[in-house]
Amino acid sequence: MIKGLGKWVDDRLPVSHFWNAHLAKYYVPHNFNFWYYFGSLLLVVFVLQIVTGIWLTMSYKPSAENAFASVEYIMRDVEWGWLLRYMHSTGASFFFIAVYLHIFRGMMYGSYKKPRELIWIFGVLILLVLMAEAFMGYLLPWGQMSFWGAQVIISLFSSVPVIGPDLALWIRGDYVISDVTLNRFFALHVIALPLVLLFLIGGHIMALHEVGSNNPDGVEIKEHKDSSGKPVDGIPFHPYYTVKDLFGLGVFMFIFAAVLFYWPDGGGLFLEHPNFTPANPLQTPEHIAPVWYFAPHYAILRAVPDKFFGVLAMTLAILILFVLPWIDRNRTRSIRYRSTAFKVNLFAFAAAFIGLGYLGTQAPTALGTLASQLLSAVYFGFFVAVFFISRRERTQPVPERLQ
Amino acid sequence: MADSPSNPARRRFLTGAATAVGAVGVGFAAVPFLSSFQPSAKAQAAGAPVDVNIGKLSPGQMTTVAWRGKPVYVVHRTERMLEILPRMNDRLRDPDSSVASQQPAFATNIYRARQTHERFLVIVGICTHLGCAPTYRPEVAPEDLGEDWLGGFFCPCHGSKFDMSGRVYKGVPAPTNLEVPPYVYVSGDLIRVGGTEEDAA
Repeated sequence: MIKGLGKWVDDRLPVSHFWNAHLAKYYVPHNFNFWYYFGSLLLVVFVLQIVTGIWLTMSYKPSAENAFASVEYIMRDVEWGWLLRYMHSTGASFFFIAVYLHIFRGMMYGSYKKPRELIWIFGVLILLVLMAEAFMGYLLPWGQMSFWGAQVIISLFSSVPVIGPDLALWIRGDYVISDVTLNRFFALHVIALPLVLLFLIGGHIMALHEVGSNNPDGVEIKEHKDSSGKPVDGIPFHPYYTVKDLFGLGVFMFIFAAVLFYWPDGGGLFLEHPNFTPANPLQTPEHIAPVWYFAPHYAILRAVPDKFFGVLAMTLAILILFVLPWIDRNRTRSIRYRSTAFKVNLFAFAAAFIGLGYLGTQAPTALGTLASQLLSAVYFGFFVAVFFISRRERTQPVPERLQ
Repeated sequence: MADSPSNPARRRFLTGAATAVGAVGVGFAAVPFLSSFQPSAKAQAAGAPVDVNIGKLSPGQMTTVAWRGKPVYVVHRTERMLEILPRMNDRLRDPDSSVASQQPAFATNIYRARQTHERFLVIVGICTHLGCAPTYRPEVAPEDLGEDWLGGFFCPCHGSKFDMSGRVYKGVPAPTNLEVPPYVYVSGDLIRVGGTEEDAA
């Protein structure tokens, strides 16, 4: 009876075809390590954000007059409201933790290289939209940091030559951040950008499943197939990696729950303390810092003592990722077989990113600005260095098959 | 029907023409969606002038009022503050207030104020860098701003510095001086921010 129903559906909708193509008969390299957890974790966090977000909209009021109070209402009066809200705010931070580690994985193992350039481009697009999504979501509680953070970021657009001031006005929909801005950010945050994200994630995964996953060895498993056409170094995603990823999810949930229940403000990093004060358009908080996941870019912005070039540097810091597949001219994918120069370069880049993240959360000082300038140089220097290192890089021989 | 159209050139032309007309249609249809992001009529109308009474503002004191949603600072400067202004030139990016958009014509002087009441500074408290509200730091050489500090406005967001006339320092991220809004003295003690010459006493 069930079988009959299954066949009835399958004759009309390609359910089993989809199951096989993307899970049961989708072959992936057998040597995935720790770094390969983050893709599936990101998918889980995305769903978590959608679900908790839907629940939050049921009690939240997107108006300058009521927004702050409605968040407090969610925290105090709505049944389990505090949990839903903390899941959403903690989820945002974990989203970025996973995204940054996922990107670093791609850089270590050369997952952006031919034929996976488009997967990488989809990924950077997802990062950009995710940043917009997080930024707009941060305005919604209408606290002091919400207000002044948005004021600063929207003012960034005013530095665009010629059309800048009109562009900032167009984004705000008012001469200052106001109820109008809050209301439109709400619309974009809950419906427009999540939809865009959904499509981009779809594209990311479709492109991935077209060419197949890279792996820590950077070896193409499709080049060695058995007589039935299956890669000899591949194993089906289901059940092998569904089980592995479920284990990873279990560990992730442990950490997530620990933060959620015992440390929901992340020591002022996940939920900034000035944001527990309602927005006051007449007074900027003494020290204004972005949420941690924007801090590296913010530090780059502050490092440049010129409005337009600061904004340009910050924008470029993200956009330059798009061209990484073409900047890196070496065909060896994995860091395991690349030169020491490349390894040093990559870890200097990661260290600079973390250092900038720290500096971006601190108040501006002369020494801090100097350090930011130095680390910004290392950040951009990575791409310049890769371009030159990769031209005539002495790499180790890449094995034919997975080790 | 044949596999290839009998007149491929004509078909290509028709396809191209239909696509072009369709694209124009999409362009027109996008206008209302993009335009709806502009400030509404209501937002444009909310710009009424604001009156500030400066009678009780003692020398050195500052008060803040909201005008068009923006903070406007009114400062009663001391003699000493005014004396420092002419000596600031080589530390400032635009000591002569040459950027016309940053003040009405009447304020193009070192006081950046009406000549009749040069002690009173009226400026929009929004940093020209990225829009934070600079803090009023009238004290000389405080610990955090260093010995060179002669009083002025300091933006906590990105460290931009302005002197007691809202003129920007060199080597800080803010590109221009703080904006002086249009204002008039309705009477000796009453400033109307956003007011026109018709309101003047």
